[in-house]
Amino acid sequence: MSIPQGWEAVIGLEIHVQLATESKLFTAASTQYGAGPNTHVDPVTLGMPGVLPVLNREAVELAMRLGLALGCEIDRKSRFARKHYFYPDLPKGYQISQFERPICSGGQLTIRVDGDERVVCLNRIHLEEDAGKLVHESSRDRSLVDYNRAGVSLVETVSEPEMRSSAEAVAYMRALHQIVVALGVSDGNMEEGNFRCDANVSVRPTGQAELGTRTELKNINSFRFVGRAIDYEIGRQIAHIESGGEVVQETRLWDDEAGVSRALRSKEEAHDYRYFPDPDLMEVEIDDAWYERVVASMPELPAARRERFIGLGLTDYDADVLTQTQARADYFEAVNGQVHDPKLVANWIQGELLGALNAEGKEIEDSPVGAEALGELLGLIGDKTVSSKMAKSCFAAMFSEGVSPAAWVKEHGGQITDTGAIEAQVREVIEANPGQVEQYLGGKEKLLGFFVGRVMQATRGKANPQMVNELVRRLLEERRT
Amino acid sequence: MADLPLGPQSPVSELRAALQSGTLSAESLTQRTLENIEGTDEDVGAWIRTSGEPALAAAVEVDARRSRGESLGPLAGIPVGVKDMICTRGVETTAASKMLAGFVPPYDATVVSRLRAAGAIPIGKLNQDEFAMGSSNENSAFGVVRNPWDTDRVPGGSSGGSAAAIAAGQVPLTLGTDTGGSIRQPASFCGVVGFKPTYGRVSRYGVVAFASSLDQVGPLAANVADAAELLEVLSGHDPLDSTSIPEAPLQLTTEVERPITGMRVGVPEEYFGEGLDPEVESIVRSAIAGLESQGAELVPVALPHTSYAVATYYVIATAEASSNLSRYDGVRYTHRTDRVEDLRSLYERSRAEGFGAEVKRRIILGTYALSSGYYDAYYLKAQRVRTLITRDFQRAFETCDVLAAPVAPTTAFALGARTADPLQMYLQDILTIPASLAGLPCGSVPCGLDSSGLPVGMQLIAPALEEATLVRASAAVERHCGFANRRPGGGDS
Repeated sequence: MSIPQGWEAVIGLEIHVQLATESKLFTAASTQYGAGPNTHVDPVTLGMPGVLPVLNREAVELAMRLGLALGCEIDRKSRFARKHYFYPDLPKGYQISQFERPICSGGQLTIRVDGDERVVCLNRIHLEEDAGKLVHESSRDRSLVDYNRAGVSLVETVSEPEMRSSAEAVAYMRALHQIVVALGVSDGNMEEGNFRCDANVSVRPTGQAELGTRTELKNINSFRFVGRAIDYEIGRQIAHIESGGEVVQETRLWDDEAGVSRALRSKEEAHDYRYFPDPDLMEVEIDDAWYERVVASMPELPAARRERFIGLGLTDYDADVLTQTQARADYFEAVNGQVHDPKLVANWIQGELLGALNAEGKEIEDSPVGAEALGELLGLIGDKTVSSKMAKSCFAAMFSEGVSPAAWVKEHGGQITDTGAIEAQVREVIEANPGQVEQYLGGKEKLLGFFVGRVMQATRGKANPQMVNELVRRLLEERRT
Repeated sequence: MADLPLGPQSPVSELRAALQSGTLSAESLTQRTLENIEGTDEDVGAWIRTSGEPALAAAVEVDARRSRGESLGPLAGIPVGVKDMICTRGVETTAASKMLAGFVPPYDATVVSRLRAAGAIPIGKLNQDEFAMGSSNENSAFGVVRNPWDTDRVPGGSSGGSAAAIAAGQVPLTLGTDTGGSIRQPASFCGVVGFKPTYGRVSRYGVVAFASSLDQVGPLAANVADAAELLEVLSGHDPLDSTSIPEAPLQLTTEVERPITGMRVGVPEEYFGEGLDPEVESIVRSAIAGLESQGAELVPVALPHTSYAVATYYVIATAEASSNLSRYDGVRYTHRTDRVEDLRSLYERSRAEGFGAEVKRRIILGTYALSSGYYDAYYLKAQRVRTLITRDFQRAFETCDVLAAPVAPTTAFALGARTADPLQMYLQDILTIPASLAGLPCGSVPCGLDSSGLPVGMQLIAPALEEATLVRASAAVERHCGFANRRPGGGDS
C-alpha cells in the first residue's frame, strides 16, 4: 500500500523469538512443542510457593549470539527484573524479564526493500520468560490454562521507530528471521509461535519532527499479517485524523479474518508493571572467557554469506536469491561442494529447481530432488555423460518420479561422444541433402543449424551438440576443396 | 525437670547418646514427642499440624538402619519441628494462611531434604504469623501461639511456634525463618537460642517467600550447641537457589567450647537508646560484662544509620512481599472464592478472603512503593539507605569481631496489647532489622529473666560468613548466664 501524499508513517517492531533451548529459561522442564496440556510443567513453572528460578546459561549464550550478530553492545552485567500483572496464564503474577539492564543494547539490522539497502537501528534485546496459554471453552463457559509454554525462554528484539512503510517492516521481520535461524538462536517456526511480532505504528504530516500518537498492534504472527495489519492501521489513523479525530494511545489486536484491528485496552487501562530487580536472581555476569568463547562460536551470517557468494563469481542478484533463506544457501553450498562450478549450480537452482518448486508451491526444504542428487546430475553434465538438454529431461524425471540420474542414464542411454559415430552420422546427413550442401557452400552459412538439427534428430538428441557442431562445420568445409 | 526421663525436652547430645547405645529408639522418641505435643499444645498453640504417620515411618526406618549397622546422619532419630513457611513434601504447608489451606507441596524445601539426609525426623508444622508477617504470632489463620513462660503473653513472631515449642519442651530442635527478626525476637521472648545465618548461607528453595532479599532459615534450640549443630546441617551451597553462597557446609560444633579470650566485642550505643526497657538494658549489659570477664575486650562502636532501618525495611520487605504474594491468585493451588463472576472477581474475592489483614496491609504498602512515579522515592531510596546501613556494620567490624546488643526493646508483651497499632508492632523489630538488611549472621541467646520472670535475650551480630564467631560468642554468653536448657517452671533438664 502506498501512503497518501503529505503523510508519513513511523513504525517500530518488537519481535519475540523463542530460543532453541531444550529446557526453560529458569527450570529444567522441557520446551518441546505439542505435548499434552500441562505435561511440561514442574513446581517452578507453576509458580508454587517457595520455588526459585535458576538461569539457563544456554539461553544467555543464544541471546549473546544474536546481540553479536546485530552489532549490539553486550552488557557484561545484565539483570533480571519482575514485570507484574495478573493473568491466569502468568503463574507467578509477574514475568521475569529484563528492564533497566538488558543483555544487549543498540545494534542495527540491514534490510533490503526494492533493491535498496537501509539500516534500521535497534534499541535493545532482552531475555524473558514466556507465559502459558488460555484455552476458552465457550460451550462450557469456562477457560482452561496450559502452562507448557510458561517459562519458555524468549528474546525480545526492540527496534527504534525507524521504519516508514509496511514493506520495510516486513523486510525487517524477514531479515531478523533469517538471522535467528542462521545463528541457531531459534527454529523460527512461526506456526508454533516461535517468532511473534508486535508493531508500534503512528503517522504524522510529512516534515513534522515530533512523533504522532502511537498504537500498538499485538500478535501479528506472519509476514503477511504484519504487512496487512500495518497498512490497515496507517490507513485508519490517517482517515481518523483527516476527519478531525485524534489517535488514542492504545493496544489493538489484529483480526486477519476480518481484516481489521480492534482496540484491546487504552493507555488509562494500561498496566503499571511495577518493575524491580528480581531478588531471586543474581546479576548475569559474562566474563571475558565466556564472551570470547561465544564470539569464537559465531556461525557465518546471511550478509557475510551473500558477500562470499559474490566472491565466488555470482551476480548480486544470484547471491540475493540464494541467501534469501538459510535452506537455499545451504542447498547451494552442498551442490557446489560436489560440482565446483558456482555459476552452473546457481543457474540450475534458480532455473530448474526453484521453477519446479514454485510451480508446486514448495520450499527448498521440501524439494523432492536433494542437493546430492542435483550435484550428481550436474556432474554428469560436467563429464559430458549428458548434455544440458538431456539433463533437463532427466531433472524433470527426478523431480516428478524420484528417479536417480544414474538410473535415468541407464534407461535412456548417455550422450554420444564417440567421434567416429558422430562423424558417420554427419556424413550420412550431408550425403542425404546435396541441395542444402550446395546452398551452404554458396554462402548460406545459416544452414549449419539445419545439418546439426538433422544429426540431433537422427541420434534422438543424444549426440554431444558441441561435437556435432564442430564436425558438421569441418566436413562441410572439406567439400570446398 | 532434672528427674524427667530422656524426651523431647532433652539436649540433642543426650538423645543421640541414648539412641546410639540402644537405650532409646527413634520410634519411641518420636511417639513420645507426638504424645507430648498432643498433651501440651492446647495451652501453647505452637503447632498447626503434626505429621505423625510419616514421622513414625521415618523413625522406624532410622531404627532399622541402625540395627543393620548402617552409618547414620548426625541427627538420626531426632525429632525436628518445621515452621509452616517451609515446604514439606506430602505434608500440608500453609504459611499460616487461609490462602494456602489444603496445599500439599510435591517437593521438600532444601532445608527439609538436609534434615532428612541427616536422619532427623520432621514431626510437624509450626505456627507462625501469616506469611511470616508479624512480631507476636497473633496474625495466624490457625490461632495465636502463647508464650510458655506466661500464657497470657505473646511468644514473639513471626517464628512464634518454633520458639514456643522449644520453650515448652515439646521438641528439641525447630526451624524458623527470619526476615527482620523473626527468629531472634521470639527466641528472646521464649528464652531459647535462635540463629539467623548469613544471607545465602542456607538455601531458600522451598521456603515460602516473604521478602526474598532478606529471608533466611535458621535453627532454634534450648542450648547453643544444639542450635549450632542444626545450623551445620542446614548450611551449604544449593544449586536450586541462585542466591546461595558457594561455600561448604559450616563446621561449628567445635566453636562451642572455644574460649573468647581476646575477642573484641563491639557495643553499639544506638541499640541502647530511647524505648529500651531499663530492665532489659541492665540484664543485657550485665551479660556483656560476663563476656569481658571471660577475656573479651569491649569496644564502643557507632552504627549511625540505625534509626533509618525500620523505615528502610518496611519499604523493601513490603515491596518484595507484594511481588512474591502475587502468585496467590485463586487460579491454581490457592484458596478460590465461591463467588466468581468474572476474572476480576475471582482475583479480588479470592485474595480478599484468603489473606489476613496484616498481609493485605503489607501488600498495599509494597505495591505503592513499587508504583510508577514512587519507585525512585521509596524503593530505590530504601536500597541506598540499605547500603549505608551495611557500610555502618563494615566500619564497626574494623574494630571488633562481634556486636552485642539487646534483641528487642522489651520482654514478651501481653496478647492483644499491640494489635491495634501496627506501627508499635513494627517497632518491635527496631534492633533486629539492621542486621537483616546487612545480611549478617546473628542470633539471640537467653541471658536472664526480668522481674516478671520473663526471658531476656542478648543479640549477637557477626561479620558476614563468621557464623563460627557468632557461635563462639553465643556459647560464652550461655556459660556466663547459665540459661542452657532452662524452661518455664524454674528448672532445667
